[in-house]
Amino acid sequence: MTRGSRLTRGSLSLIGLGLAFAMAVSGCSSSTAGGVATSTAPKVGGNLVVGITTDPDNLFPWKATQFQAVNVLQTLYGTLTEFDKDLNVVPGLAQSWTYSSDNLTVTMKLRQGVKFADGSPFSSADVKFSLDKIKDKTTAAVAAASLASVTSVDATDANTVTLHLSAPDAALLANLASVNMAILASNATEEALKTTPNGTGPFVFKERKPSQSITVARNDAYWGDKTPLDSVEFRIIPDETSIVSAMQSNNVQLAVLDDPLVAKTAQGGSLTVAKTPQLSYHVLQLNASRSVLSDVNVRLAMQCAIDRQQVLDTAALGEGEVTGPITSPAYKSDPAARPCPTRDLAKAADYLAKAGKSGGVTIKTIVSQGEYATSVAEAQNLKAQLADAKITLDLEVLASNAYVDRWVAGDFDAAVALNGGRPDPDGMYGRYFTSTGNLNKVAGYSSPELDSLFAAGRQSSDPTTRKDTYSKISQNLEANAAWIWLFTGYQYTVTSSKVSGYTPMANASIQFLRSTSLG
Amino acid sequence: MHIPWRRVIRRILSMLGTLLGVAVFVFIMLRAIPGNQITAGLGTEAAALTPEQRLALEAYYGIDKPLVVQFFTWLGNVLTGNLGFSSRSQVSVLSLTLNALPVTFELAVLSILLALLIGIPLGMLSASKPDSPRDAIGQLIGLAGLSVPSFLLASALLTILSAKFGFNPNGEAYATLTEDPVRNLRQMLLPSLTLGFGIAAPIMRTTRTALLEVRSQDFVRTARAKGVGMRRLQVRHILGNALVPIVTITGLQFGYLLGGAVVVEQIFSLPGIGRQVLIGIQGKEYAVVQSTVLVIALLFVVVNLLTDILYRIIDPRVRAE
Repeated sequence: MTRGSRLTRGSLSLIGLGLAFAMAVSGCSSSTAGGVATSTAPKVGGNLVVGITTDPDNLFPWKATQFQAVNVLQTLYGTLTEFDKDLNVVPGLAQSWTYSSDNLTVTMKLRQGVKFADGSPFSSADVKFSLDKIKDKTTAAVAAASLASVTSVDATDANTVTLHLSAPDAALLANLASVNMAILASNATEEALKTTPNGTGPFVFKERKPSQSITVARNDAYWGDKTPLDSVEFRIIPDETSIVSAMQSNNVQLAVLDDPLVAKTAQGGSLTVAKTPQLSYHVLQLNASRSVLSDVNVRLAMQCAIDRQQVLDTAALGEGEVTGPITSPAYKSDPAARPCPTRDLAKAADYLAKAGKSGGVTIKTIVSQGEYATSVAEAQNLKAQLADAKITLDLEVLASNAYVDRWVAGDFDAAVALNGGRPDPDGMYGRYFTSTGNLNKVAGYSSPELDSLFAAGRQSSDPTTRKDTYSKISQNLEANAAWIWLFTGYQYTVTSSKVSGYTPMANASIQFLRSTSLG
Repeated sequence: MHIPWRRVIRRILSMLGTLLGVAVFVFIMLRAIPGNQITAGLGTEAAALTPEQRLALEAYYGIDKPLVVQFFTWLGNVLTGNLGFSSRSQVSVLSLTLNALPVTFELAVLSILLALLIGIPLGMLSASKPDSPRDAIGQLIGLAGLSVPSFLLASALLTILSAKFGFNPNGEAYATLTEDPVRNLRQMLLPSLTLGFGIAAPIMRTTRTALLEVRSQDFVRTARAKGVGMRRLQVRHILGNALVPIVTITGLQFGYLLGGAVVVEQIFSLPGIGRQVLIGIQGKEYAVVQSTVLVIALLFVVVNLLTDILYRIIDPRVRAE
């Protein structure tokens, strides 16, 4: 749904899928438009203060979905695989891996000499314990569905694990890079980790002051390059404007902001603002299971009546790009290839006539107020544009909790939303637009054709074939106006002049705190 | 001293009734708002939960039981001193409250002191010559205090001082009064100024009205006729007798402040009681909100009681009643 404080639909809970096969071969381009200068000889030491707007709500990595919680946990926990700055899958706690010829077995060689924060050694038993527990439904781990293809995990020897799959799974390696798949010590308990995190990440937990701050310190036993910083304090400053003020007075050195208006106020002086295009997307979700929207012609009429650039300019100051369904660089949809790439009211009238609704239709639309800055403005612009095509958006502006309740129940004709994106299209849309997807009730649309296309995309290991498959999926979604995709926005990383070595990422991760230094 | 026991008992019963009413009202209101701790925690990801997972989470958060059971379990716990547990912060609500309350209490005391320091002299100045330029200036400042919203004043102070002068003590990590008194008072300066300015306005207006009313009374004329000096007349005779409405308004404002100045605490990042309630509401942490609001209500009725007792001390006429 929204990005304000929560990476929704598991956008961070499963940071991206499927790059294992596709992106590495296709040489995906960096999705980072702005970056912070990297120092060649980082200065060691110092306490970096990062401004965040909300206290993390859960420090147990398998259940954390909140943006702030996920970011803090990324500094503390290790995963079998990781993403590099271009969102390619690279080794993490698994140093290397090989697939069997039928792609049904993955053998992973684990890093040796790795230790948890409490000093206990890491081994294959911890990996087996973690993956088995994540799959266990009673754990209620948010990433359980991402291991659906894994039938069993064997700890072959102390430094090797073998994953047995029910079918080839192109998304598996990227799935394993999520902090929701963090490897925990085999004696870990949820209750203990909620207060005292114990991972293999570049930092170790130091202190938490509820509603004030969380501090992590350098992990001197970390297996990778040691972080230059002594510690990072995530300081809770509830208001983004107040964060900018704290940065201007040099009390905070780094912050990630969502609001373009606030980011503008940070520009100038000793602060640097880097814009990073995001995988998350603004969309008008249509519920095709509702009577009036079950007719594809009504949905297409809506699609043709909307000038997406106008929505972007009006609601978000033009800060973003018009997008199609797939936002990840390796599979990016071409917005020009959709029916009605530009606003076409005559065509919209034709579609309405075909649906026998020339007199117009009314669509009840839910809008969340306060979860992200542009929601209501987007809804109002869409309402104004659609009114020209005799389509009435009946807006219901709801508080966040009420919106989530209605959304979760699929209780809407249409919903203005900001959905989290993932690097791999299977993880991004498979659970929405396949008939067995766990969010299909909310998406409101599926078809046998889409089912088979998603199945093909998941099982194929050939990057070119996958790209072609997801292009067809994108075209299918737009040709049927399953939803109306609008635009992608930016995330703004504000740094003080003393900060170097930090790289913002398109999936909103702040994992490169580990290479950041204070000059 | 004679203690009116019947009145005391009646007052205590009325206080308990008020607190029970607040408890029931907050309990019902929280559940009337859509969503629960599961959807607040998982957001739209909750749509992917299986029915078994949902039931397991409902049991974990204790929201699977009937509402009556939930209410009396919570109330019973509160009566034994157990205010509940915050699963978000992983500490007891009592501990959260004991940390947040001193912040809010200190902010309230400093804000009231500033408000009195601004409001009473301004009120006296205005009342000293009604409908004169000095009265107009006093009234204008009072009007400004009433009409400028605290969020605007707070944001303006913070933005201007930090952007132009690099002064923003609230950007530093919060320090309690015992940890670092100097940093603590620096961090309280802007929030208490913001709140104090707003509260000074009603105090100024009440002071002015009360002074004008008392000044026209016979005993003032008598005192003047007897040759009492102007300063003594203003402070001892007039202000002394005008104190009851000023104490009333001050007590009321102090009670409100103890409920937490949510917006000011948010903008200046003060970990006070208002923010605790707000975070509790956002996360749908029922125990946090219910118990904290109950503590606030208790403080409010106690402050009201103390205000009433203060009447008896400062005004012999109330004692005579």
